[in-house]
Amino acid sequence: MTRDHAAAVLDVQNLSVRFRMRGGRDIAAVTGARFSVAPGECLALVGESGCGKSVLASALLGLLPANAQTTGSAVLGGDIDLLTAGERTLARTVRGRRIGLVPQSPAAHLTPVRTVRAQLEETLRELTGVRGAAAVREAAARASFPADHLDRYPHELSGGLAQRAATALALIGDAPLLLADEPTTGLDRDLVERTVDELRRHTDEGRALLIITHDLAAAERIADRVAVMYAGRIVEIADAGPFFGAPGPRHPYAKGLLDALPERDFAPIPGMPPELGALPDGCAFAARCTRADARCTTERPAFDDGLACHHGLTGRASHSLTKAAADA
Amino acid sequence: MLELTRITAGYDRRAPVVRDVSLIVGHGEAVGLLGPSGCGKSTLAKVAALLHRPDAGTMTLDGTVVRGWRHRAPQEQRTAVGVVFQQPRLSADPRLSLRELIAQPLRSTGRRREVPARVAELAPLVGLSAELLERRPHAVSDGQLQRACLARALVLRPGLLICDEMTAMLDASTTAALVAVVEAYRAESGAALLAVGHDRVLLERWCDRTVRWGERNAESVPLG
Repeated sequence: MTRDHAAAVLDVQNLSVRFRMRGGRDIAAVTGARFSVAPGECLALVGESGCGKSVLASALLGLLPANAQTTGSAVLGGDIDLLTAGERTLARTVRGRRIGLVPQSPAAHLTPVRTVRAQLEETLRELTGVRGAAAVREAAARASFPADHLDRYPHELSGGLAQRAATALALIGDAPLLLADEPTTGLDRDLVERTVDELRRHTDEGRALLIITHDLAAAERIADRVAVMYAGRIVEIADAGPFFGAPGPRHPYAKGLLDALPERDFAPIPGMPPELGALPDGCAFAARCTRADARCTTERPAFDDGLACHHGLTGRASHSLTKAAADA
Repeated sequence: MLELTRITAGYDRRAPVVRDVSLIVGHGEAVGLLGPSGCGKSTLAKVAALLHRPDAGTMTLDGTVVRGWRHRAPQEQRTAVGVVFQQPRLSADPRLSLRELIAQPLRSTGRRREVPARVAELAPLVGLSAELLERRPHAVSDGQLQRACLARALVLRPGLLICDEMTAMLDASTTAALVAVVEAYRAESGAALLAVGHDRVLLERWCDRTVRWGERNAESVPLG
């Protein structure tokens, strides 16, 4: 698997998003995000709700509200910066064609008054120019959507089938990058596993997949690498194997998240994340961290070697460090 | 505490989603009800929460037979059950601040005077700051809103708490935090719990015992 920036499908450098609020207040929703995703690779972006994950996804799709300001770059396929490309370019050449979006709540993403067949037909016609029932069946089959359900309306589908219909729509444009924003929310465990396994299959066919999720079990099942986000910043990027297995995560927040799982300690991280409009000067996690000292409250740790922490947990194998360094 | 006997319930009398299901939750007991999506477990939870009238079967709450559901339920039964749903956005009035949201059951039962003391007591337990309490739902995260919904369910000190997929939308740390709040309340009050969900690992860790819903309940299935 290559980690060369030039070969990356998506290369994000120093991406920041600020929301200008009434009264001149600024919300720092995303700060200095750096990562890349290669063909055939799945990167899982994990973190608590409200940490900025979905804002980051919206920034990549050019779907932020008007009061948002973005800085940095997000280069797709080596030739187009998603942050500076105009709406016209994004609408005509990027969304659906170069980035396929697998949405958070498929029931809300699908048009409620049209059948799945009608929506697949329209998307096929617009993106590929292909018409006909055979193409529709083929598009449905790629996402394992059953052909005998094509004439149903979204409200007649179970959560799992609605998810597959949305995935089928996302795959039509043969986009090299799939962006899945919480694709498994509200699904039961079997459906979560089936959904992520299908996404993994599409990744193995050579697409890059950026999956945004708070479901750590889903991330463990599907991801090659994991990026942990806290209070708008990526605090750790690591290979999934050592992150979920041994020696485990390096950032105390990431360790806290994993330890909160019911199959581990089931112990919450004390406190709550800081408000994105009032971030502390030092490390945003310091107030909840058992390892924090005076330096943590005054000096914000830089993101270096795949980690933003003054007191990273040790024990990680050195080869992983060098791999992570390639992302930095 | 809760006894559901041969309950049949649904939204179309010809095709009930819950058919002949029985379930018992003892005093102070925590029971996890496990089942795949669409199996009818949420409908059964609504019956138990007095929010959906079953087509057939009997329900007793703390030894008293339930004769009315929804607005027909007597106040002492309605207030004995606290409910938390999966999606906090759908169960929160967007016009109310989190403080008003938590206080709503007290206001509805004519106990307005207790609001300041009870909210002040609950807010730190569920981890809501004074500043968050003044915000309305659109200005908080799902996790923060669910914390408020849990506080609302506890505000009348129910003897039975029903959590229907309470943590399905939440991250691991918030999940563990909310479960800890429920367990602290149960330890102090002796309340019983019916936790409905599809996450086996979570419910087995959380509850005294779990019962598994069959594929489809075609015949009488005693669920524990």
